[in-house]
Amino acid sequence: MTPSRDLTTPTTVDRLRSVFPQASAHPSDDVPRVVVPRDAVRAVLEWLHGPGGFAFLADVTCVDYLHYHGATDRFGLVYLLTNLETNERIIVRTFVNDPAPSVPSVVDLWEAANWLEREVWDLFGIRFEGHPDLRRVVLPPAFESHPLRKDYPLQGLGERHNLPVVRRGEG
Amino acid sequence: MPLTQKHHADPIRAGEPQPYLWKLNLGPQHPATHTTLRIQLKLDGERVIDASPEIGYLHSGFEKLGERLDYNQYVVVTDRMNYVSPISNNVGWHEAVERLMGIEPTPRCKYLRVIAAELSRISDHLVCNAAVGLDTGAFTAFLYAFNPRERICDIFEAMSGARFTSSYTRVGGLNYDITPTAFEMIRKFLRDIPRAVHDVELLLNRNRVFVDRTRGVGALSREEAINRGASGPIARASGVTRDLRKDEPYLAYGDFDFDVCCATEGDCYARYLVRMAEVKESIKIVQQAMDNLPAGPVNVEVGSRAVLPPKDQVWTTIEGLITHFEMVMSNRGFEAPCKEVYAATEAPNGELGFYLVGDGTQTAYRARCRPPSFLHFAMLPHLLRGYRLSDVVAVVGSLNIIAAELDR
Repeated sequence: MTPSRDLTTPTTVDRLRSVFPQASAHPSDDVPRVVVPRDAVRAVLEWLHGPGGFAFLADVTCVDYLHYHGATDRFGLVYLLTNLETNERIIVRTFVNDPAPSVPSVVDLWEAANWLEREVWDLFGIRFEGHPDLRRVVLPPAFESHPLRKDYPLQGLGERHNLPVVRRGEG
Repeated sequence: MPLTQKHHADPIRAGEPQPYLWKLNLGPQHPATHTTLRIQLKLDGERVIDASPEIGYLHSGFEKLGERLDYNQYVVVTDRMNYVSPISNNVGWHEAVERLMGIEPTPRCKYLRVIAAELSRISDHLVCNAAVGLDTGAFTAFLYAFNPRERICDIFEAMSGARFTSSYTRVGGLNYDITPTAFEMIRKFLRDIPRAVHDVELLLNRNRVFVDRTRGVGALSREEAINRGASGPIARASGVTRDLRKDEPYLAYGDFDFDVCCATEGDCYARYLVRMAEVKESIKIVQQAMDNLPAGPVNVEVGSRAVLPPKDQVWTTIEGLITHFEMVMSNRGFEAPCKEVYAATEAPNGELGFYLVGDGTQTAYRARCRPPSFLHFAMLPHLLRGYRLSDVVAVVGSLNIIAAELDR
């Protein structure tokens, strides 16, 4: 653990909360976190991208809380933003549920989100509405499951045996 | 040389049929793509109109495995992510685990991790630059840069027991303390490496063929670098002054005197120069860490119930043996708190982050890895449009794409 890491001063979260009262700050000894309802996530991220000054999107990922004790929602999305001018980080969380979990895409704000959102779609099956090119990124197009979901077994469901075989001359 | 739109007499209009365009597959098995990745190129003669990169040929479900293996076992998998600099991944993984568990490594451990990480950065940058040289027709530099890498592999063998897939770190420490032999090897290496770096620079810096094929090729502006999530030497070559070693000093990086190396051009040649400059800074860091290596234990206290006891205690004392069993049995071992952390380290390729979710058991509930190459490869079409086919290999090489890290 590194002491005295340069973290977001409370003001960023406070400023965010003064604009979006529905965002709730979560205490954290690491990167500050805000949890926003799914319908407000796009507006919050737009605000952070513009007036907030968070120009660098470090990561978009997801956690499946299916077996997590005490969890009420299924999928928790993680947006990890960085402000390069002030050297702050902030984590924006939002929760979505079955069936057909989806959130608005942020590719038009950060181009970095393009492949990161494709990866979340690929491995968790969360749709990003408005994504320009929402294809699978690491798994083949014929794959049907979303393997990082907690109800997908570690050994797989036998997809590898059923993938189409492309022979020389046919592909 | 970049071919801009004005060189092309007849610009393409949207919707117009384009029977004169070629489609060319580069990869998945092609020597100039370095690893198993595929780029579908759309070509007008030799000019690249569009490129669509495809990955997934090496996808092995590392993140799924991370939910199964415990915090020490998974370090073996991180070796296989960026296999050009495995120790950087080990350091990044255990940085995140220790932040999750609230463990502060000992000063000696921090310094040894810095030494290992910086040696791997030297090796990674030299190999990357050498490979760009190889792809653009400067074969000799490749051989000159591969020699120090061989020496670094030998040092890693002396430090960790394995040349390549080192698995050097453990939760709260390292698998071995440094031996006098390894210490002497690093000292000798530090005496020799400036010469090797100088040789590579002599071979490439003013090499007409190399410069012509890399200068002005694959240019990335500062705004695009930030917007597209570039990090590490690629972002710094475009003028982004961000280095996690300075901006969020982890381990012992706050103790060392070194510079952040930047350029403004953002082309392949600038990336080459930034990497060479960073090699020299890394040499400075290793030198300082060697001179000031703190004494004391390399692992945190065994009583903290998070660290494997040293092997000589396991083999000779009953307490050590019991502790070892307690740590490795599947119903005992780590008790990670129920919280979520993100820890990023400056790997040779850029920001290597791990997002960990602990759930009180001895395995991570979620072990997300943010691989720098993934975002760099995503911007490949942006970097290639308008350039020539022969520039593709220079750009792919200078991005230092590691497919195992992309696919995980």
